[in-house]
Amino acid sequence: MIISIASGKGGTGKTTVATNLALFLSGEKSQNIQFLDCDVEEPNAHIFLKPQIEKSQPVSLLIPSVDRKKCTFCGECAKVCAYNAIVVLKKEVLTFPELCHGCGGCSLLCPEKAISENERKIGELEEGKTGSIRFVHGRLNIGEPMATPVIRAVKKTIRRDDITIIDVPPGTSCPVIEAINHSDFCLLVTEPTPFGLHDLKLAVELLKKLEIKHGVLINRAGIGDDKVKDYCEKEGVPIMAQIPYDREVSVLYSRGIPMWTSGEHYRKIFRKLWESIESKVCE
Amino acid sequence: MKQITVISGKGGTGKTVITASFAALAKDKVMADCDVDASDLHLLLHPRIKETHQFKGGMKAILNEEKCTDCGKCIEVCRFDAIREKKEQGSKVKGAEGQGIVIIDSVACEGCQVCALVCPVEAIQMEENVSGEWYISETKYGPMVHAKLGIAEENSGKLVTEVRKNAKKIAGKNDLELILVDGPPGIGCPVIASITGVDLVVIVTEPTFSAISDLERVLSLTQHFKIQSTVLINKYDINLENTKKVEDFCRQEDIEMVGKLPFDNTFTQAMVEGKTIIEYGDSNLVKEIENLWQRISTRIRK
Repeated sequence: MIISIASGKGGTGKTTVATNLALFLSGEKSQNIQFLDCDVEEPNAHIFLKPQIEKSQPVSLLIPSVDRKKCTFCGECAKVCAYNAIVVLKKEVLTFPELCHGCGGCSLLCPEKAISENERKIGELEEGKTGSIRFVHGRLNIGEPMATPVIRAVKKTIRRDDITIIDVPPGTSCPVIEAINHSDFCLLVTEPTPFGLHDLKLAVELLKKLEIKHGVLINRAGIGDDKVKDYCEKEGVPIMAQIPYDREVSVLYSRGIPMWTSGEHYRKIFRKLWESIESKVCE
Repeated sequence: MKQITVISGKGGTGKTVITASFAALAKDKVMADCDVDASDLHLLLHPRIKETHQFKGGMKAILNEEKCTDCGKCIEVCRFDAIREKKEQGSKVKGAEGQGIVIIDSVACEGCQVCALVCPVEAIQMEENVSGEWYISETKYGPMVHAKLGIAEENSGKLVTEVRKNAKKIAGKNDLELILVDGPPGIGCPVIASITGVDLVVIVTEPTFSAISDLERVLSLTQHFKIQSTVLINKYDINLENTKKVEDFCRQEDIEMVGKLPFDNTFTQAMVEGKTIIEYGDSNLVKEIENLWQRISTRIRK
């Protein structure tokens, strides 16, 4: 079962909920859990889960390398490239690795077979353990624009038989889709504010389009207004749980301490949350 | 003309509320909301849209199933897992085109056109994809350019570039001296597109372990592109020890800090009323934000 935790708006408590849910499941339910942090631009789950990293490997894209001896400067590769990552001049071929998506078109279609592909490292994949939780995260290299190949690499490690919890990056565009796609359920963490509501609506539209079952967790309940609740009721989006606002939790969070450990009432919230997720997935 | 981009690395640090307050204070400027996939600035600045433009972000492969002979060449060459055989079990293809045996998943398609080029019977066409809209608007604080990326669309970096290009045009035409940009979270393509070529990046952070880790990465990014940056700590009093860590870190990296703001419910209350903090008016907080803006605008004129 794959459960992704997303939010639209950043800073609503996505990572807090994802890490606490994973700790709850491995602790109380003794299930086989894997945790994937797909927020490869700003990965933070490791701060709370403190995994022992056992394995690390580079994530690479295949970029073209032109053999000047074979090249006839015919310009076919530049015509093929949809990303303007290869430019052919009279007696020179220029490549722009940052623009290359690694589609392989240029090398496949070069009539002289003058283009081979080389690996270019754009990030890192790390795997490890935190207690019994299998932990995987990716890290995009600074200055690299494309997060999706790194997310794809993180998701390739999914073991179908385990319960997989995915921490999704904020927003609604390509990295989010890559992280969420093929989930059995997506939990949207929001806060009861106009910003929270606006970005929640976008996220709900996205999940409807991807045809993924979803529900909402209202974090910091009590601040702001009731409009998130009204929206969920009107649209028939189930509210799976609410976590009341507590300054103490923010203080614990600032020190990287999981909410889980700060009292039985939080344990109850996660117990109930998991029950509702399980029943939604089986519906 | 000067350009300032406010970013944060981590989301939810108060970036947009602070940008909106700066918008209320700055003179002769145009605003650009470059957080195009979850933009919120308009909820505080209430733009009246004057012009709407389509954004064509890239191409998508479209299959003509009548021509398709199911040879499978396209499946072989696609590196984005965007083409599949329909009979494959468990591959619930979303946004699928056509009903033949081969299916193109338009969400996964990155528009590389290799499938169209290798197809022996020309059954795949590349079509321009309208992936969003961008707007030129008027607010009570001046003109604003903003955008909305379509649901499940890509190329947010290109849309950011489009927004900035048009904000620049407006600034040029109206002789405005400042472009104030609200940037997206993260460090990827839309962030890079939001900060390239600006005069100053203001990074809004908070004293939490997560935000500090994100700050370090976003600062490496601005340093990588050799862009001047400054740091603002929001909610500094939720963890004084971490606030000191941020201050020490900035000193060590030789980053001049612009200042800090306390944790304050006014942020949420003003947001609920759809107002900037300046309009909402809490004399202490307003004064502190005025001081921060004063420092930023002095620095940018240097």
